Amino acid sequence: MNRLNKLFNTKKDNLLSIYYTAGYPELNTTVDIAEALEKAGVDFLEVGFPYSDPVADGPTIQHSSEKALESGMTLNLLFEQLADLRKRVTIPILLMGYANPMIQYGVERFCKKAAEVGVDGVIVPDLPMYEYESLYANYFKANNLSNIFLVTPQTSEERIRKIDELSNSFIYLLSSSSITGGNLQVSVNIEDYYKRIKAMQLKNPAIIGFGISDNKSFSKACEYAAGAIVGSAFVKLLGTDGYMERIPAFVKTIR
Amino acid sequence: MKYGVNEQGYYGDFGGAYIPEMLYPNVEELRQQYLTIINDDSFKAEFNQLLKDYVGRPSPLYYAKRYSEKYGANIFFKREDLNHTGSHKINNAIGQILLAKRLNKKRIIAETGAGQHGVATATVCALMGIECVVYMGEIDMARQAPNVSRMKMLGARVVPAVSGSKTLKDATNEALRDWIGNPVDTHYIIGSVVGPYPYPDMVARFQSIISLETKKQLLEHTGKELPEYVMACVGGGSNAMGMFYHFLDDESVKLVAVEAAGKGVESGHSAATTFLGKEGVLHGSRTILMQTDDGQVVEPYSISAGLDYPGIGPQHAHLFKINRAQYVSVTDDEALQAGLLCCQLEGIIPAIETAHALAQLEKMKFNPADNVVVCISGRGDKDLDTYIKYFGY
Repeated sequence: MNRLNKLFNTKKDNLLSIYYTAGYPELNTTVDIAEALEKAGVDFLEVGFPYSDPVADGPTIQHSSEKALESGMTLNLLFEQLADLRKRVTIPILLMGYANPMIQYGVERFCKKAAEVGVDGVIVPDLPMYEYESLYANYFKANNLSNIFLVTPQTSEERIRKIDELSNSFIYLLSSSSITGGNLQVSVNIEDYYKRIKAMQLKNPAIIGFGISDNKSFSKACEYAAGAIVGSAFVKLLGTDGYMERIPAFVKTIR
Repeated sequence: MKYGVNEQGYYGDFGGAYIPEMLYPNVEELRQQYLTIINDDSFKAEFNQLLKDYVGRPSPLYYAKRYSEKYGANIFFKREDLNHTGSHKINNAIGQILLAKRLNKKRIIAETGAGQHGVATATVCALMGIECVVYMGEIDMARQAPNVSRMKMLGARVVPAVSGSKTLKDATNEALRDWIGNPVDTHYIIGSVVGPYPYPDMVARFQSIISLETKKQLLEHTGKELPEYVMACVGGGSNAMGMFYHFLDDESVKLVAVEAAGKGVESGHSAATTFLGKEGVLHGSRTILMQTDDGQVVEPYSISAGLDYPGIGPQHAHLFKINRAQYVSVTDDEALQAGLLCCQLEGIIPAIETAHALAQLEKMKFNPADNVVVCISGRGDKDLDTYIKYFGY
């Protein structure tokens, strides 16, 4: 059982997660931001490791990735920064990024290193289920890491069942088929989709992400799922002056 | 086929479909339907009719007499440059637009580097009356302005890719992002044998007409179906895969793929992927790509915008790894000289991409009886500015 499992066992609703890109806007504030978010009352975190070609991301996260890479962020450096993570931060942490940097680092080595610094799970949107299952699942299990799968309104019921089976902490429910940073438009259709997921009574809780940017979209998401993830809206805040001091107020506006 | 794709979409260690879940339904729909559709008789009839009447196929297999004298072998040119729109790209564009129609898609997106695939896609969309959006790197739009105008005249909307390095790989990223946002009504016409499965196999099949015709034509010319050598340039690798396709299982045929070395393989300004790349994931498939130790994609360089791509198709990566084809590279200078030579010996102005394949002839050791086929993938009209500047005409 990792920190994520424990969290989901004890808290069932209104969970707030925040995503940010490691190395943005400053190279060495990765753990400082995590600490500030925990103090502000965030339940768990997603730390992005940047990639040059992030196809699932909109302009805001693309920009943050580009800047982080320009500043010199690498997976090696990120793991160095996270070395004393668990002295300062207690909430669950996931790493989020794309397959290629992880494959270059070595997936087994990546999983070991992640577990060593106290990471609880990984989200790699372009790592397919088939490859995960046949090549990498053992490394995740051996290191007690949760792998998080995405589900969209177009994902078939059969596939959602399969994802539920392979998951052991939560399922990442996309508010729509879109890249990150869009607006959550709760239409009848979307409500049907959320209701459909709820009715499936999956063993894993669902957390809604993509397009969650304020209290309205967060509250709406929490009606249907255990919680929601804010990404681009927070990354935008990081691009403003005095971002560190503004973190508590930002988190308050979401809750 | 011995070197074909397996059920999981792999060629040996390469291929697959490394795509975010948002693209899964689109790609899965294609995977389930592409073979049924393209093997259907009505599809084949329409495809072949358009290739004949609209594209102008079969493209000639031309015995290049003066080249043959110069290089001491029988050199044949497979004239894809004579196709409508000026390159092999139209073969795939026709195939995919017919497929898109059968999938009831109302909107087409495409990426383009030099603009050849963009023009081919805009052309088939005009032909079928379907909305067309082409993503093109902002830098490429400036470099290849006439092709931007051609696409617009053909009714396409050309959207600048302003992310990353603002070239072909970023145009591909933007097209993928568009597809994520428009999963139901849009088909993405990928221009090369790259991308998630089934694209590499599908595009290879549409381009395989090149080698299918070549076999027949060689038999007429020489009394033998099989040449000793088949040669083609490789960026993503679609003309090469089309040129190799029906020769892959004929192990006596030596396949030569020519990459762009740019200013030299070791110069830091190169697109010689098999020399400089490592295994990894790019644009949805496991392949060989140019990247840093940290797994960030490296921007390649070649004077030829069509070869300026940091990866190669997964089937090429496989053929390279198992040594079924030989991968070599030539520099900008060698290619431009070869392009000029082709003008002067054969009266053909080749695309600079094609000129890379021709430049490799200088480095080959042939026997006088060898039959050698070079794929003349495109014509050089689009490259006149570059040639003129380089040679000072």
